[in-house]
Amino acid sequence: MPQLSMRDAINQALHQEMERDPRVIVLGEDVSGGAGGSSGEREASGGIFGVTKGLLPRFGAERVIDTPISESAIVGAAAGAALAGLRPVAELMFADFVGVCMDQIYNQVAKFRYMFGGKSRCPVVIRMAMGAGMGMGAQHSQSIYALLTAVPGLKIVVPSNARDAKGLLIQAIRDDDPVVFFEHKALYPRKCEVPEAPYTVRFGEASLVREGRDVTVVAFARMVPFAEKALDALAKEGISCDLIDPRTTSPLDEDTILESLEGTGRLVIVDESPPRCSVAADIAALAAGRGYGSLKAPVIQVTPPHTPVPFSPALERAYVPGPQRIEAAIRQVLGRGA
Amino acid sequence: MPLEKSRLLAAYRRMKTIREFEERLHVEIATGEIPGFTHLYAGQEAVAVGVCTDLTDQDYIVSTHRGHGHCIAKGCDIDGMMKEIYGRRAGLCKGKGGSMHIADFDKGMLGANAIVGGGPPLAVGAAIACKLRRGAGAQGHVSVAFGGDGSCNQGTVFEAMNLAVVLAAPAIFVFENNGYSEHTGASYAVGSNDITARAAAFGMSAERVDGSDFFAVHAAMRRALERARAGGGPGAIEAMTTRFYGHFEGDPQRYRAKDEVARHRATMDCLVRFRASVAQDGSLSGEELDAIDREVLEEIDAAVTAARAAPLPPESDLTTDVYISY
Repeated sequence: MPQLSMRDAINQALHQEMERDPRVIVLGEDVSGGAGGSSGEREASGGIFGVTKGLLPRFGAERVIDTPISESAIVGAAAGAALAGLRPVAELMFADFVGVCMDQIYNQVAKFRYMFGGKSRCPVVIRMAMGAGMGMGAQHSQSIYALLTAVPGLKIVVPSNARDAKGLLIQAIRDDDPVVFFEHKALYPRKCEVPEAPYTVRFGEASLVREGRDVTVVAFARMVPFAEKALDALAKEGISCDLIDPRTTSPLDEDTILESLEGTGRLVIVDESPPRCSVAADIAALAAGRGYGSLKAPVIQVTPPHTPVPFSPALERAYVPGPQRIEAAIRQVLGRGA
Repeated sequence: MPLEKSRLLAAYRRMKTIREFEERLHVEIATGEIPGFTHLYAGQEAVAVGVCTDLTDQDYIVSTHRGHGHCIAKGCDIDGMMKEIYGRRAGLCKGKGGSMHIADFDKGMLGANAIVGGGPPLAVGAAIACKLRRGAGAQGHVSVAFGGDGSCNQGTVFEAMNLAVVLAAPAIFVFENNGYSEHTGASYAVGSNDITARAAAFGMSAERVDGSDFFAVHAAMRRALERARAGGGPGAIEAMTTRFYGHFEGDPQRYRAKDEVARHRATMDCLVRFRASVAQDGSLSGEELDAIDREVLEEIDAAVTAARAAPLPPESDLTTDVYISY
């Protein structure tokens, strides 16, 4: 099976879905780039992270639309096109730019179906890159999926690897509801085996990345490979954990988490979002409620502190939860000291 | 009224400082020592300095992701800026902001912004403050919003321009049209390809100037400033300029013709044009300018050496300054 980076896997999913369904369009800033440039080279960019490369030459400027820097118009136009029967994939470049177009996402897109009495269909996908660790500062590094997970009407996807990303994006494009698709910047170059043929990964179905007996570890996006590193280290001491990657935060696969917790009695949640009103806190509440009878120890949440993302690498390293902090949390939940 | 000699020299020094600051960063970034995303201002110096020359520390500016030039033009400390860009504790923002988020409130520099279109509404707010503080009949202070051609397509910028007109706020919108919104040409992304007319349509005076000509920018700014300081409301300047580097460092610039930058360096270099202009009217000598060149190079060199040697922030800084009290 071919090895693909997450960048290429998402790119392949876009190609395959645009090929399959003429209603699929892509729009955003520099999704091809080069329009109006002096080199005359169209597709001078292919997306700031190269994710949309090749789409313009294959599908043309009618379906691969470079936009001005106008996030509200990008999301709003994508949503309007979806209401009118297309299946747009809008790209917001950095997840932080949600701040510019929040109204279109949470007052418009998210509410149509309910507010219009179930009559509307808004199959829009809004893609964006998230995550800290690259020295990009407070306005280009945030993991804001908790913010949008809180909004009824949106489905939220947070892939941790190339294989899932491809299947989840194809599902997102075929899904009839609005989907926000978060791509962690640090995961773009990470490769794994990705089937060539199109496939879908169902929303609300967690992936059991590792099986173990001592602790249930739930992690999202880049925190999944970090948790794997921690588990590798702990395995040498005979500690084994379930590692659950929910893959979507809305819908959330509560049952898989609770079933695992039944077996282990101990829960560590690893989340790159800030700690207040986070997905980690949401899952901790799930454990304290439906999972109460299973708990043998207090739930531990491994998150950044309640601060914006700092610029200096010295601080950013301390901000992002890393394998060592995850390892320490697992020891702690087992009562084996920090 | 032409600028007096000392101010001409100061303007040249600032333009040269911006140029050398950016040229040096271009070299240093390649070493991998500077974290993150850096957007260089080289090529656009006459805009920042032409706009800021007549501003005082009590006048405000808001800046963009391409903000080093605005900071230097407004008088920010070079050492503090360099340390910030290197992520050091002694940086202007304690290493927490970085290249895209330099601010210096003592200088009326309200911050660079990594959200395109994020700044102009803030500038209108600062202009409201200036307006409230202006005594009857007195000359007031102003607020300047720097933005690129890309920013003129953001709703926030439309809203800010309209609000400034509605309130007759002393806000000046400076659009630096360097031809590109990231990797897309302004001729494509700005529908009318006429930012000046767009600003004028909001009901303010707006003019287009040659952004490589310090004197043209300065004269346009002086007109806008006189009007705004006297209570005549907002204005806009579209400065036609060019960037000598990519959108960010590492940008392969495939959207640009191979010889475009070389051509612009040969014909649109604001420093060369400034020198030619002062030589022609005899206001400054080549020796005086050469001396500034040497001093600037030494200053930038010292700033890089100091930044490299400066300590990183301690981990305990991570959770400070989220709030004033909590």
